[in-house]
Amino acid sequence: MSQLEFVQGNIACGKGAIAAGCTFFGGYPITPSTEVAEYMAAALPKIEGGCFIQMEDEIAGIACAIGAAWTGARSMTATSGPGFSLMMENIGYAFMTETPCVIVNVQRGGPSTGQPTMAAQGDMMQARYGSHGDYSIIALCPATVQECFELTVKAFNLSDQFRCPVFVMTDEIIGHMRERILIPDSVEIIRPKPAKPTDLPFGTDESDIPGFLPFGSGQRIHVTGLTHDERGYPDSSSYQRHEMLIKRLVHKIESRRHEIADYEIVNPDAKIIFICYGVPARTVQQLAAQDKAIGYLRLRIVWPFPEEVLKQFKNVTTFIVPEMNLGMISREIERHTAIPVVSVGKIGGDLHTAQELQEVANAYKTAGGQR
Amino acid sequence: MRTEIRFAGFGGQGIVTAAVIFGKAAAIYADKYVVQTQVYGPEARGGSATSAVVLDDADILYPKVTDPDIYVIMSQDSFDKYGTKAKSDAIVVLDSGLVHDRPNCTYYEVPASRVAKEELGRVIVANIIMLGALVAATGVIGREALKEGILSSVPKGTEELNLKAMTQGFEIIEKIKA
Repeated sequence: MSQLEFVQGNIACGKGAIAAGCTFFGGYPITPSTEVAEYMAAALPKIEGGCFIQMEDEIAGIACAIGAAWTGARSMTATSGPGFSLMMENIGYAFMTETPCVIVNVQRGGPSTGQPTMAAQGDMMQARYGSHGDYSIIALCPATVQECFELTVKAFNLSDQFRCPVFVMTDEIIGHMRERILIPDSVEIIRPKPAKPTDLPFGTDESDIPGFLPFGSGQRIHVTGLTHDERGYPDSSSYQRHEMLIKRLVHKIESRRHEIADYEIVNPDAKIIFICYGVPARTVQQLAAQDKAIGYLRLRIVWPFPEEVLKQFKNVTTFIVPEMNLGMISREIERHTAIPVVSVGKIGGDLHTAQELQEVANAYKTAGGQR
Repeated sequence: MRTEIRFAGFGGQGIVTAAVIFGKAAAIYADKYVVQTQVYGPEARGGSATSAVVLDDADILYPKVTDPDIYVIMSQDSFDKYGTKAKSDAIVVLDSGLVHDRPNCTYYEVPASRVAKEELGRVIVANIIMLGALVAATGVIGREALKEGILSSVPKGTEELNLKAMTQGFEIIEKIKA
């Protein structure tokens, strides 16, 4: 039976994971993400086949989450800034080996240990580019506790569908605040495309996404972070092999970015359009309820960036981008539009107020988009 | 209508717990939209502790408290920090044994810690007395909803004690209002 609960965003991520059929959590607790691990530590042992492991650090945390995914389990880890930094190499490994897994990053003020108990959105570029080499990933940004639940479920589905690591990028505010959420009886679950035991483990059809042959499915499988062929065997000295593999891995996500896109648009005919994601979106929504002269685009999925959406704003003279960093996604937007983009960065842990954003909007209403 | 409530006191008094119980009562048993937040500092017992609840009949967008309509204050330090800034039409429910100053707005003196210790034998339920007083003084949610919120939150075996504490809170306010 569906039920109402009054819980923190972090707990909602855990409940979303359990609803999605996650049976493995490996990680290392870190503020402000610890409640995700705490919830999973209590919930997983009660599930058949469920396993929670606290590892020695975040490097090992994601490594065992990747290993568990290769047994066919839905697998996750959760962390915050410093732990996310430690995970970067293995995130590249998960991408290279097409391992479905979910990483929840409850963002806090950085760099370094920074502000453990304060919110930030400073890891948005690290999520996209933090590991070495060319790659592409999927990152979701909840703005409510309900969305922490829903987007964690969605993260597992996207991860299986595209066979890649998927990030749920929340922050300390959403992670720690409590709201009422509705937990449905069941959720939609999309598992990886099955493969026949005779298929090559990394061979693909025109979809560019191989069927999944986890360990135990009847074939010997070699999984390596080295450039590899369709059998999974290293072949790292061929120009063509590397180009073919990496282009396919990037293409399987980037070519579908408009299919993956998940966003909300309000008042698209306005001249002043806010572009937001995560918790600052709530301030933008508050402002839009008061000021009918502004509109907004709220991204629930930030990466891959759905740049086509920007064309829907026919009258826009200024894009205003409030973020809890000194301007990250604002730069991605700039690269896709000739319209002036104004970054409203705020760091330190406090959320933009409606008044602050109103002042910026008013300044550009009269300036007609000129900086 | 949006109502903002600030809970403040020192670590160990159950300030955050009180806000969570109240938020749950409002969200689940009074069918309100609720956002509960807290300051996550490295607070241990004795340090300052604060939590906030926003209530509304519609979706709450901006989640933080900016200018509270209601305060529940359980220490002089937190009165100095928050109570002195209360707007003129705010309502302050304060632990009269621990807070020595009085605000320039409507306030209710609730000797919660003394009553919890001397009459109920457990100082730990002072926060529940304050919740009873909050609901009786302001009527922001129904008494039945608060009761359900408390019963669904407190550890098994402590239900009776906590309901007694809640009732004490109701009665203290009724006497003041009478």
